Amino acid sequence: MFRDTLALCRKDLRVEWMTRITSLQVVPFAVVIVVLFGFALGPDPKQLRPAAPGVFWLAVLFSCILGVQRSMSVEMSDGAIDGLRLAGFDPAGIFLGKLLALVGELVGLEVLLSILTAVIFGVTLASFWLLVAATLLATVGLVAVGLLYGVLLASSRVRETLLPLLFFPVISPVLIAGTKVWQAALDRHVSTGIGWLELLGVFGAIYVAIGIVSFGPLLEDA
Amino acid sequence: MSQAIELCRAVAFAGSFPLLAGVDLSIGSGEVVLIEGANGAGKTSLLRVLAGLIPVATGSIQVLGYDLLVERRSVRTEVGLVGHQSFLYEDLTAHENLQFWMRRPAVQVIEAALERVGITGRIARTPVARLSTGQRRRAVLALLVARSPRLWLLDEPHAGLDTEGRELLDGLITEAQRSGATVLISSHEIDHVSSFATRTVSMSGGRINSSDGGNSTEDVHDVS
Repeated sequence: MFRDTLALCRKDLRVEWMTRITSLQVVPFAVVIVVLFGFALGPDPKQLRPAAPGVFWLAVLFSCILGVQRSMSVEMSDGAIDGLRLAGFDPAGIFLGKLLALVGELVGLEVLLSILTAVIFGVTLASFWLLVAATLLATVGLVAVGLLYGVLLASSRVRETLLPLLFFPVISPVLIAGTKVWQAALDRHVSTGIGWLELLGVFGAIYVAIGIVSFGPLLEDA
Repeated sequence: MSQAIELCRAVAFAGSFPLLAGVDLSIGSGEVVLIEGANGAGKTSLLRVLAGLIPVATGSIQVLGYDLLVERRSVRTEVGLVGHQSFLYEDLTAHENLQFWMRRPAVQVIEAALERVGITGRIARTPVARLSTGQRRRAVLALLVARSPRLWLLDEPHAGLDTEGRELLDGLITEAQRSGATVLISSHEIDHVSSFATRTVSMSGGRINSSDGGNSTEDVHDVS
C-alpha cells in the first residue's frame, strides 16, 4: 500500500507540474475570492479583521472543490480509472496517494493565501503553530471528504454540479472549526483553539479511515 | 490444452441493462480467437467481463484459473486490455505512463518496450496528449509488451494504426501466442483477423451465436 501511495502521489504531482492547473488557475481563483471579499467588506478595519478567518477558509473550501474535481477528472480521462484497476493498485494506496498530493498542493496555496489575507484584512499572523496545525488537519479532512465524494460521483454525468452540493454541507464542521482556531490564534487565545483543533483532528481521522476502507468498493462502481 | 477461459450461462448487467445474456464460452490456452458481431452485440462487454472490470451477476466464469465470481481483482494483473480508451494519462509522456503503470521497473524494460513499438527518442518524451492516435495506440501496445500478460484482450486493436503499425500488432499477437498467451480480438476486420485466428466466435444480443474452428495453432505462427 505504501508503495502505491507514493506512486499515485508522485504521478499526481507530476501531472500538476506538467499542467500547472493549481498554480495558474486555482491559486488566482482563490486570490480573487479573498480580494473580492475585501472589496465587499469595505476599508473599515473593524469589519475586515473579524472576517479574515472566515474569508480565508471559504477561499480554501472553494479551491479544494476545484482541486478535487481536477484530481478525479484526471482519472476519468481516457479510462485511466480502469487502468488503475487493471494495474492492481491497492485502492487504499490510491486514496492516500491522491490525498497526499492534493493536500500538498493545497497547503502551498494556503501559505500564499494566509499571507494575502493578513495583508488585505490587516491581521497579524500570531500563534504560528496553532495556525499551521489547524491548516494541516483541516486540509486533510477537506480533501478526504472531497475524494470520497469525487469517486462516489465519478461515473455520474452531473458530478461537477452535484459534488459541491454534497461536499459543502458535510464539511461545514471543518469550516466552523477552522475559522474558530484561526480566530483564537489571531486573538492569541491558544487554549480556546485547542478544542477546535481536536475536532479538526477527529474529523480528519474519521474520514481518512473511511476513505481507506471504502475507496476500493467505490472505485469498483466508478 | 488447458482452459484459459470458461464461461457458463454468464449474465452481466450495467445497472438494469443486460450486457451479457447467458454466455457459454470455452477457450483454451494459447488460442487466438476472433470475436465478431454487429455494434452492440456485447463484444466489448465480454472483454471487460473477462478483464474483471464488470462483475458477472449469475452463471459461472473462470479466467486463467481464477473464479471471477469471488476473486475478480486477482485476474486483472495477468490480463492486458486494449480498449477504445487508452488508459494513458494525457499530460504524462509515454515513458512516464509506462513507468507509472509498471510501478517503476528498470528503465531498460520500458525503453525496450517503447522501442519495440517504434516509440523512440523525442516521441517517447512528448506528452501523450500531443501524440497522434496511432502513436497513442503504439504506446498502449508498449505497455502490453512490457507487462507480457497471460491473456490479451484486444478491442478493435487495428483501429487508428497505419500499415506498419498493423503489421507490428500482428507480429506482437504472434509473439504472444508463441509465448503461450491467449489472445481474444474483437474486430470488424474479419477477413484480416480471421487469417491468423485459430477460431471465430460470433456474438449478437449479448450471447454467443456460433463458434467455428479456423486456423490451427501452427498456422498462426506463420503470420509474422
